[in-house]
Amino acid sequence: MIPLGWYLIFAAALFAVGLFTALTRKNAIGILIGVEMMLNAVIVNLLAFWHYWVQQAGVPQLDGLTFAAIVFVVAAAETSVGLALIISAYRRLHTAVANDMDLLKG
Amino acid sequence: MNALQIIFLVVAAVTLASAGFVAGARRTMHAALWLVLTLLGVAILLATLQAGFFAVVQVLVYIGAIAILILFAVMLTRGLTEEQGAVHHRWWWLAALAAGGVFAVALVILNRWPGFQVLLEELPREAEAMTDWGLALVDPMRYLIPFEVASVLLLAAMVAAIYLAMSRPGGQS
Repeated sequence: MIPLGWYLIFAAALFAVGLFTALTRKNAIGILIGVEMMLNAVIVNLLAFWHYWVQQAGVPQLDGLTFAAIVFVVAAAETSVGLALIISAYRRLHTAVANDMDLLKG
Repeated sequence: MNALQIIFLVVAAVTLASAGFVAGARRTMHAALWLVLTLLGVAILLATLQAGFFAVVQVLVYIGAIAILILFAVMLTRGLTEEQGAVHHRWWWLAALAAGGVFAVALVILNRWPGFQVLLEELPREAEAMTDWGLALVDPMRYLIPFEVASVLLLAAMVAAIYLAMSRPGGQS
């Protein structure tokens, strides 16, 4: 019996905090943490609308579940490659601060 | 106001507070630990949405894998520069303005939608049709292509992560 709007407000707030984190953190890992929070807000939104749509249609719906699963997969792939990049850059430049990673060449 | 709404409000408040601590933590390690609490709160909210499968996947994938990966990466990259100076750059108020703007615009747009006030009712047990979904994922007429693309994406990400993080003998990295 929770209004749909509460989930949407919560997801918007979590997205805004994640956006702020991703934009302001100096550490590259901090930026990735912000991106994770934004992706989580998106997943909450997707599943809230999935619930709403099942309720409106009256029969089980699978599109929203598939969409949410794809977002999970993309988040996992993005984090693993992002952290590998940061570790690789750290090994060459000895810094994890995004502002100091200014070399395109290794 | 019933029990479910109180649970939602408490969990949402804790989640947003810990998200705020993620944004404000002085050390990246602390931010990563607060992130775990945020992810757990989101998992509980997914459970209140009756998406039980995704609540479990959230705990397994986000807390079990991604948060641990982030913690390891923080421990592997502790530079001398990390603990000194500001963790946020000096244009942080501009970012706060942008984030607040996104939030305000989202609220305004959502408020104009009539479905905003709809109460989410309890779904019947078979609403989260896991067996149907599993069959639909391997059905060529339904979600086989997205499913295969996701598999290939995961494989490519795994190969890329191993290749990038591998230290080559003899080379500089």
